[in-house]
Amino acid sequence: MARAQSVVHAALEDMLHLADSALVLGQRNAEWCGHGPVLEEDIAMANISLDLIGQARLLYQHAAAIMADGSTEDSLAYFRDPQDFRNYTLLELPHHGPLAGTAAAERDYATTIVRNFLYSALMVLRWDALQQSPDAQLAAIAAKSLKEVRYHLRHARDWLVRLGDGTEESHTRTQAALDHLMPYTAEFWADADTATATLQADWEACVDDALDEATLKRPAPGGHLSRGKHGQHSEHLSYLLGEMQSLARQHPGATW
Amino acid sequence: MNLQDTPNHLLVERVWSVLEQVPDPEIPVVSIRELGILREVNALADGSLEVVITPTYSGCPAMGQIEDDVRAALATHQLAAVVVTRLAPAWTTDWITAPGRDKLRTFGIAPPHTVPTPHADSGGRNVLHFVRKAAMAPAVACPHCGSPNTTETSHFGSTACKALYKCLDCLEPFDYFKPY
Repeated sequence: MARAQSVVHAALEDMLHLADSALVLGQRNAEWCGHGPVLEEDIAMANISLDLIGQARLLYQHAAAIMADGSTEDSLAYFRDPQDFRNYTLLELPHHGPLAGTAAAERDYATTIVRNFLYSALMVLRWDALQQSPDAQLAAIAAKSLKEVRYHLRHARDWLVRLGDGTEESHTRTQAALDHLMPYTAEFWADADTATATLQADWEACVDDALDEATLKRPAPGGHLSRGKHGQHSEHLSYLLGEMQSLARQHPGATW
Repeated sequence: MNLQDTPNHLLVERVWSVLEQVPDPEIPVVSIRELGILREVNALADGSLEVVITPTYSGCPAMGQIEDDVRAALATHQLAAVVVTRLAPAWTTDWITAPGRDKLRTFGIAPPHTVPTPHADSGGRNVLHFVRKAAMAPAVACPHCGSPNTTETSHFGSTACKALYKCLDCLEPFDYFKPY
């Protein structure tokens, strides 16, 4: 009984990790809505966010059904605090490097693109694997999400090459974004097992191939290991959630 | 004839014919049946009706509207059904019917190509390779002048399910319904 409970608990943690990751990146990328560098990218980023938030909703609904304790997709998204969130730290970081000013003033599209590339490449592989999940609903969500994240990867990879192999300015900024963000991907592989080892090899190959085409240099591995998946977040998540959750918390149960 | 006395298969047929008229909220020239969103109509053992719909994209904001439209269309014919949203099998643009494709083209949206089939033992490298292959998409014919001489302006158009294209001959911009 205790063993069965811990299996369910682990599956739920994984589902919340997937859902939180999708929601947090969806919310972060939606900051470009109305502020995109060009109209087409403004629209692209809003559409990608829509996909991610849609995936998060399906996962939260499924998690809530398993929890069967009165939780809903809304309570999971809007009424949990930062330390309860299980997203990768990478996804909550603002759209700028470590030394810029406020997030709003210093949005850098290279940072957005590099992050979307690193994460989409991972999720194409993870959703593909999750299509074989014994949990039929999770497998169904994975099959849908895979179709969407392929377009996200295609979009991010094209822009990575365009910016990396672009002007001196775009190359410098994309390289800086890569140097800043790459260490956060170590978290993808921190809880390694045999399944993730194959995944990692495929991911590394995809990343190296794209970086090569984009004339970007991969930074040396090492440094701080982020632990967002375990609920230890950067300060940036609190601000992101503060903005996202304030309306629902001020007007709980509101409908319109 | 009293509804209670209608045999199940006739009732199901009637629901199909009513729902055939329900337009997609975002692209109203095609119906939800032509788009492949309407999957099943079932008469349940207890005599009630069940309508199964499937979302196009996970975040499709039209799903709630489609559910309401299905109920409203049935209500105008004194019919009622439980509307169920099902995710598997995942919706694909391959389900858009031939008349649906023609209607999209007439409306100015280039209909989707057939979804390229991933390598049989999909997974890992193959699934990533597929992304590259999809990037080398076949030519998309302009829905206005029919020219294959077109170029992609943006991967994402007015909705997540479309890409933005431009015709290099008649110079008209247009939406391309992406294979999904």
